[in-house]
Amino acid sequence: MKIYPLPNPGEQPTLAYRPYGSTRRRAPSKALIQIPHTISELTGPLYGHNPIGETDNDLTRQHASEPLGERIVVAGRVLDEDGRPVRGTLVELWQCNGAGRYLQLDNHPAPLDPNFTGAGRTITDDGGNYRFITIKPGAYPWRNHHNAWRPAHIHFSLFGPCLITRLVTQMYFPNDPLMANDPVSQSIPDPKARERLVSSFDWDLTEPEWALGYRFDIVLRGRNSTAFEEQP
Amino acid sequence: MTSATPSQTVGPFYAFALTQKAELGCLCRDGFQGERIHLRLRVLDGDAAPVTDGMVEIWQADAQGRYAHPEDPRHEAADPGFCGFGRLSTHDSGVCVFDTVRPGSAGGQASHINVSIFSRGLLNHLCTRVYFAGDALLETDPVLALVPEDRRHTLIARRDPGDPTQWNLDIHLQGENETVFFAV
Repeated sequence: MKIYPLPNPGEQPTLAYRPYGSTRRRAPSKALIQIPHTISELTGPLYGHNPIGETDNDLTRQHASEPLGERIVVAGRVLDEDGRPVRGTLVELWQCNGAGRYLQLDNHPAPLDPNFTGAGRTITDDGGNYRFITIKPGAYPWRNHHNAWRPAHIHFSLFGPCLITRLVTQMYFPNDPLMANDPVSQSIPDPKARERLVSSFDWDLTEPEWALGYRFDIVLRGRNSTAFEEQP
Repeated sequence: MTSATPSQTVGPFYAFALTQKAELGCLCRDGFQGERIHLRLRVLDGDAAPVTDGMVEIWQADAQGRYAHPEDPRHEAADPGFCGFGRLSTHDSGVCVFDTVRPGSAGGQASHINVSIFSRGLLNHLCTRVYFAGDALLETDPVLALVPEDRRHTLIARRDPGDPTQWNLDIHLQGENETVFFAV
């Protein structure tokens, strides 16, 4: 029995999406096999291995000085598909620096920033809210195709209540002209679903004289409880 | 009702954020119960080349088949010396080795470890299971029963011939021996 309904077709990426070159030798060629939700899928890791440090959700305060770049607030709510907050769940985030360079990697001939690691984590509160302070990541080139550039993005990793709700995704920024040619985001067939990966500029999160704010709400798969509640 | 946020690839640049702590590969704490094993997984692509920038997460029951999670009716008795979650990168020739215990049977299923594979080129993570060769419950496992017989071997780890504490399994993302992956 599927206690958590499967995602709608078109709302999740196509695994074998040829324009993204790395899928060609890595995406499975056989169909996934549907399995019922057993106790193995309905359970999952709960947070509790490592305590959260004081600066874990502020990527601008993890070194001696402040990193270079545009300071931003990234915040939102983690909800399930019925709109209920997902409380106390771990949110991990990672990104390149303001120049488009990842820590310890040579993805782009742009400078490293000794004051920026680019990794953060936090736990959602009782309303499912999370909040990070960071630097707006730069775009960077990759070798997928001629003149390929990844749009500025921040990676997110979430667990939610069980194995079924596990999500790794990427947040993008509004009005980025690079997205239309980005096979990673374009692998999602439904344009409305794709749009849900784009954060929105938010005046309420923007702090005067200090930082612009971007809202990124995240929806994890939910139990099909509405259907039961609506039964007479 | 809003639909779930789409997945995106973990990409090749996650390690500094997600797999810095090698201790995430060790699920046994002081006083753990059960048979300690090493689970050696090797991730290969469609050319049988090692995937050296992947990430593997495991989730499993303790030696008595109990998950440390409220959905398991026996969770309050779960072994406090055991953590059911592990995460490692495959930067060492596509290989990762988890230091864990052989899980007990959970809910009547054959003993198994739930595995999620993340990597560049995987736009969504892949879910699979690792079972143990020789387990009498393999015959009646309800999930294995859904897998065509000629592909079941892709899910069954075997004891290392040189080290009886180690169990090995290759995970083929693609190709002739493609591992069975599940839609959960």
